[in-house]
Amino acid sequence: MKEFSYVVQDELGIHARPAGLLVKEAAKYPCDITLKCGEKKGNAKRIMNVMAMGVKKEMEVTVVCEGDQEDEAAAALEAFFKENL
Amino acid sequence: MKVLSGKAAFKGVAIGKIREFGQKKVEVNKTSVSDAEAEIARFEAARDTASAQLGALYEKAVADVGEENAAIFEVHQMMLEDEDYLDGIKGMIRDDQVNAEYAVSVTGQNFSEIFAGMDDEYMKERAADVKDISARVVRILAGVEEGGAAMDEPSILVAEDLAPSETLQLDRSKVLAFVTRKGSTNSHTAILARTMNIPALVMVSDAVEVDGKMGIVDGKEGKLIVEPDEETLKNYQEKLEAQKKEQELLNSLKGRPSVTKDGRKVNLYANIGGVEDVEAVLANDAEGIGLFRSEFLYLQSNDYPTEEEQFEAYKAVAEKMNGKRVIIRTLDIGADKQIDYFELDKEENPALGYRAVRICLNKREVFKTQLRALCRASAYGRIAIMVPMIISVWEVQTVKEILEKIKEELREEGKEVGEIEFGIMIETPASVIIADELAKEVDFFSIGTNDLTQYTLAIDRQNAKLDMFYNAHHPAILRMIKMVVDAAHKEGIWAGICGELGADTTLTEEFVNMGVDELSVSPAMVLPVRNKVVNM
Repeated sequence: MKEFSYVVQDELGIHARPAGLLVKEAAKYPCDITLKCGEKKGNAKRIMNVMAMGVKKEMEVTVVCEGDQEDEAAAALEAFFKENL
Repeated sequence: MKVLSGKAAFKGVAIGKIREFGQKKVEVNKTSVSDAEAEIARFEAARDTASAQLGALYEKAVADVGEENAAIFEVHQMMLEDEDYLDGIKGMIRDDQVNAEYAVSVTGQNFSEIFAGMDDEYMKERAADVKDISARVVRILAGVEEGGAAMDEPSILVAEDLAPSETLQLDRSKVLAFVTRKGSTNSHTAILARTMNIPALVMVSDAVEVDGKMGIVDGKEGKLIVEPDEETLKNYQEKLEAQKKEQELLNSLKGRPSVTKDGRKVNLYANIGGVEDVEAVLANDAEGIGLFRSEFLYLQSNDYPTEEEQFEAYKAVAEKMNGKRVIIRTLDIGADKQIDYFELDKEENPALGYRAVRICLNKREVFKTQLRALCRASAYGRIAIMVPMIISVWEVQTVKEILEKIKEELREEGKEVGEIEFGIMIETPASVIIADELAKEVDFFSIGTNDLTQYTLAIDRQNAKLDMFYNAHHPAILRMIKMVVDAAHKEGIWAGICGELGADTTLTEEFVNMGVDELSVSPAMVLPVRNKVVNM
């Protein structure tokens, strides 16, 4: 299992467009990828799940990758968050 | 005649027949099916069709309104592939032995309620997205064609609300204006109307039973006038005529260089207050950004904005401007633009007080954070840094020293720093008088005429009693501008104007004759000023 945390900087939080990009990025890896934010949990490969978490600016998100290629997935997603959120 | 009021989402006047836009309502009845697997297959085929339609819409939207606005359709496509959504629908067909139309409609409703219940205005709008995609699938399943309005002639379109997909599928040549009874100025439709340059009103709740009637949309006043009387109609026809002429003229100037008949070039830039203004800058064909007020970053936050936050904003603008010059003004606040966490004392006379670069040179850490963010962003575009409220040479030298140290620091950290132009605002009489010395220190001057006028004429613009003494074209100001331009050129640097006076088209000719190299104006004023330049 591989995980990292990130504090969202984007003004709108994880809104529709970045949620879409995030799901696309997550779909590239076979492992399970879970987002956690406070009490809420969501599957990073499912857009409605990600959007319904309602992650806003300055909230901390923990991304957990578990399974095949978890190292690559975590590295790629960490870069994705820094770049887009 | 009836005058209905709402909120203006995009200005402009439109006159024409009103048409009610009706998406054909598909009656969804619950029926039971015996072969659930076949029903699932029917649903999957409909979903594939919907997905293909959205793909085509995305392509159309990219061409019509740009990639950023089109992204919503890609998101819609992804929603259609969402496993939870699909599982919900398939599970329902399988477990309850119901028809696909019913399962899609109920599942769509459930998901949209999740969004509608969120305490976030933006996410609430997403409820409409889920409904939109579900309605599309239901239409396909029921074999109902996509709705619309019977528009045989260009019309004013009235609807309850318009989904983004509906807005984009409309034949643009047939739409004079959008009017929605619901919606908000933040809805996709409002945003798209702005990008498509179509007058739009939202929240005109009384716009009912207007189909087929004559109407006028006044996108400035936020009014829909139904069955106008003759005088009103005539009045608006004149406005419309003027608007058309103006727009045609301005559109013809897009893509044209701002060069006078005898070949003198002026850089026509735009002033912005945030990242979201860049669209307007590009739409109006500005050649760069002459003043990016960085205050918004500080004003909208509850604590000092971090280097990362600032970096992202500067980088976004630099990238969007794609190699065109972006001049970012460093923090310009003071007792008149209070920010709580700066804990500034109340002052008798804030205009002459602790503000702008004076704060930056005292709170070095705050200033350094901003400069680091600016330097890092310079790797992504053509960034220039501009410092406000300068009165002395030492201030400029001190800022330059800090800036050089930061560049070095960043390089040591292995971070890339691009070429950065460094300039100052000329907005105090002192800086005008020593402009010859200041010119030796910087790459450019930008004259802030608002403050320069206030300080030179000793007139507070807020005081109405002083109106009779105030003269925006005071010879003292015009002579000062000339002095600054001459001092700049003597040292081989350029000088521009970024205050309100820069957009005063009655002065454009005089400025160009003085040798002003750049005029930075609000995005909407770029083309009117270019019109002046190319005709002189």
